[in-house]
Amino acid sequence: MNNKLLFIPLIIFVGLVTIFGTQLLKNQHGDDPTKLESVLIGKPVPEFRLEDLAEPGKLYDQAIFKGEPLLLNVWATWCPTCYAEHQYLNQLAGRGIKIVGMNYKDDRVKAIGWLTDLGNPYLISLFDGDGMLGLDLGVYGAPETFLIDANGVIRYRHVGDVNPRNWQQTLEPIYQSLVEEVKS
Amino acid sequence: MVVEIGHFALILSLALALLLSVLPLYGATKNNLVLMNSARPLSWGMFVLLALSFSVLLWAFYTNDFTLKYVAANSNSQLPWYYRLTAVWGAHEGSLLLWVLIQAGWTVAVASFSRGMPQESVARVLAIMGLVTVGFLLFIIITSNPFLRTLPNFPVDGRDLNPLLQDPGLIIHPPMLYMGYVGFSVAFSFAIASLMTGRLDTAWARWSRPWTIAAWSFLTLGIALGSWWAYYELGWGGWWFWDPVENASFMPWLAGTALMHSLVVTEKRGTFKAWTVLLAISAFSLSLLGTFLVRSGILVSVHAFASDPARGMFILVFLVFVIGGSLLLFALKGNSIRVRGKFDLVSRENVLLANNVILIAALVVVLVGTLLPLVHKQIGLGSVSIGAPFFDLLFAWLMMPFAFLLGIGPLIRWKRDNLSSLYKPLITTAIGSALIAAIMVYALAEHFIFMAYIGWLMAIWIVMLHGYELHQRSTHRHTFWHGLKKIHHGHWAMMLGHIGLAVSIIGITMVQNYSIERDVRLAPGEHYQIEGYDFYFKGLRDKDGPNYDGYVADFDVTYDGAFINELQAEKRFYTTARSMMTEAAIDSGITRDLYIALGERLEDKRSWAIRIYYKPFVRWIWAGAILMALGGIIAISDKRYRFRNKIQHQVAS
Repeated sequence: MNNKLLFIPLIIFVGLVTIFGTQLLKNQHGDDPTKLESVLIGKPVPEFRLEDLAEPGKLYDQAIFKGEPLLLNVWATWCPTCYAEHQYLNQLAGRGIKIVGMNYKDDRVKAIGWLTDLGNPYLISLFDGDGMLGLDLGVYGAPETFLIDANGVIRYRHVGDVNPRNWQQTLEPIYQSLVEEVKS
Repeated sequence: MVVEIGHFALILSLALALLLSVLPLYGATKNNLVLMNSARPLSWGMFVLLALSFSVLLWAFYTNDFTLKYVAANSNSQLPWYYRLTAVWGAHEGSLLLWVLIQAGWTVAVASFSRGMPQESVARVLAIMGLVTVGFLLFIIITSNPFLRTLPNFPVDGRDLNPLLQDPGLIIHPPMLYMGYVGFSVAFSFAIASLMTGRLDTAWARWSRPWTIAAWSFLTLGIALGSWWAYYELGWGGWWFWDPVENASFMPWLAGTALMHSLVVTEKRGTFKAWTVLLAISAFSLSLLGTFLVRSGILVSVHAFASDPARGMFILVFLVFVIGGSLLLFALKGNSIRVRGKFDLVSRENVLLANNVILIAALVVVLVGTLLPLVHKQIGLGSVSIGAPFFDLLFAWLMMPFAFLLGIGPLIRWKRDNLSSLYKPLITTAIGSALIAAIMVYALAEHFIFMAYIGWLMAIWIVMLHGYELHQRSTHRHTFWHGLKKIHHGHWAMMLGHIGLAVSIIGITMVQNYSIERDVRLAPGEHYQIEGYDFYFKGLRDKDGPNYDGYVADFDVTYDGAFINELQAEKRFYTTARSMMTEAAIDSGITRDLYIALGERLEDKRSWAIRIYYKPFVRWIWAGAILMALGGIIAISDKRYRFRNKIQHQVAS
C-alpha cells in the first residue's frame, strides 16, 4: 500500500476546516447561516397550484400573494425548529401580521394535528406534500420564511426560526417598508 | 468572595494542566523518572481544583447569586433547588465547565487504573489528556467564563432556565453524553502516545478496549436519554429528528462502535493497527467537531447554544491543533505501525472489516447530510434541502447488509473459515426468521407493510443466529448448561450488545410503521377510541407550580371496560421565561405507549384540541440501548481487565 494513503484523513480534515473557516469569516462579516440568498429575490412567486392543507381538493395559486404584503412560512412537523418558532408565529399573527403557511414534505394528518394542537397562525395553509413549490422556491430545509410584497414579488428570504430578535432587527423593518409601499 | 475562589481555582487548574501536558512528556523522552511520575499527582491536582471550581458554581446557583452574569441568565429564585443545580449545565459556559471536569475525571481514572502499564506510557497518555484539557480551559477562561460578574448593577432576579430543560431527563442527559464524548479522549490519547513512540503492540489495544467500551456505553445511554427526553418533553411523540445536534452526537457513536470492533481485531490478531489508530483519533475528533458545530453558530438547530463568532474561531483553531496535529502525526508515523495480516476472504477479520465499512458509510451519510447544505451554498450552487426523509431512507438500506453480517459474524472463525459448515444453519435461520417475521407482523399489525417485515426479519435473524452461536459454543466441549457457565464475560457482552441492537430495530420498525396519531376535538365528558383503548376526558383542573401556572386534563383509559390508567396531560405557562410548555401524559407498556398531549382550547370555550398517540413498541428503542450499554459494563468487568491481574502479570514478566 501507498504511504500517501495515510494523508487522506488529514486532507479531508483540511477540507472541513476550510469550509468551517469560510463560514465563520462570513458570519463575522454579518453573514448569518440563517440568511440564505435566493435567486428568486426580486422575482414573483413561481406559478403553483397547491391544495389547502385541511381541505383536499380546494386549490390555491400564486394569486393569493397579490394585494397585500405577506409572510410565507415553510414548515413541517418533522422539523424541531418549526416547533420552536411556532409560538412566536402565533404572537405575530395575533398582532395582525398576515402569514401564509406552506406545509412542506409532510404528513397531512400530522400537520393538521399540529395546527389544532399548537394554534394556527396562518391565513391560508398550503399543502406541498411532494415539495414541488419548495423546489421552485429553493427551500433549504424548514423552517424558512419569505417576505412577499403586495405585487407577489419575493423581497426577502429568511432561513431558520423567526424569533423576537431577528424579527425586530431584520424582518419587521422590511415588512414595515413593504406595508409603506402599499400606502404610498 | 466564594465566587472568586472558584474563579481562582479554575485559573490554577489551567496552570496544572499546562504542567501536566509538558513535564511528563519531556520526562518520557529524556527517560527521567521523576518527571514521568509527576503525571499522576498533577492529574489529581487538576481534578481537585476543577471540582472545587464546579462546586462553587453550583453553590452560586443554589444561593441565587445573581451578581454572576451566568446565574442571572439561566436561573431564577422561583426555580426549585434541584433545577437550580442542574441549570449549571443548562447553557454554554457551565456545560463547558462540566465538560472539563469530566475530562479531568477521566484523566484521574486513567491515572488510578493504569498501574499495570509501563510508566512511560502512562506519562505520555496523561500528558496528552492534559493537553486537551489545556485547550478547553483556555477556551473557558478566554471566551466563556461562567464566573464573570454583573456588578455593580446586578439584577434582582434571574431570567430563568429554559423551561424545556426543567426536567429530570435533562439532569442526567448532558453529563452522560459528555462522559461518552470525553471518554473517547482516553482511546485517543493512547493512540497518540503510541504513534509518538511508534510502538503499537497488542497490549495497546488491550489497554484501550475497556476505556473505549466505557465511553461508548456512556454515550449510548446519553443518546438514548436524549431521545427519551425529546419524546416526552417536546410533546409530539417523536424520538429522533436528525437535527444537526443529534447528528453531532451520533457521529462519534458510529466511529466509537467501529473502533470497539476494530480494537478486537487488533488485540486478538495484531492486524488493522493503522486503521484502529485512525478510528481512535476519529471518535474523539468527531466529539470535538460536534462541540464546534453546536457552539459556533455555523448550523441552524434548536439545540444550538448562543453563538458568538469569536468562540467559533477559537474552537476551530483548537480543532486544527488537536485533530490536524494528530492526523499529521498519523500520516507521518502511520506507516511504521502498519502490519499486513494474512486472512482469507471468509474470516472473522473480514466480517469485522465489513462492519467497519458499513459503520463508516453511515458516518459519512450523517456527516454529508449535516454539512451538505452549508457546502452547497458556499460553492454557489444555491440551496439544497435535506431532512429526515433522506436519512431515514439511507439508514434503512444500510441496516440491511449490516444486520445480515451481524448475524453471521460471531459464527465465523478468525483467519479462515469454511462456509460449507454454515450453510445448513444459515438456510434454516433464513427460513425460520422469514416465517417468524411474517407471523409477528400479522399478529401485531392490522396491515402488512413491507419495511416492517424487513425490520422484523433483520431482528429475528440476529437473535436466532446468536442463539445458535451460543448453543454451539456451550456444547462444544461440555453439556449445554455447564458450557454456558464457561462462557466468559466478553462473549456475553457481545451477545447483549447485538441483541440490544435487534431489540432497538424492533422498536424502530414498529414505531415508524404502525404508530397511530390522532388529533381530536374533545370536551370534558366525551370519549375517544383508538386501537380498542377508550379515552374518557374527565375534566380540567388548575395546577400551578413554583415558577409556572398550569392546568391538567384528567383522562381515564380503559380497554374492553377494564381500567388501565388515569392520565394527566398538563399545559404549563412559565411566567419568567414567558413560554408555554406541554407536559404529555404517557401510559407506558412493553408493547405500546399511550400518549396524550393537551393542545389549545377551541373556539367554543368548552372543547380542547387533544393529541392522542398509540406508539407500539416505542420502549424497545431505549430498552435496546440499555441492553447495549449493559453489554458494555459486562465487557469491562471481564477478568482480563482487572488491574490486579496486570500487576501480577507485570511481576511475572
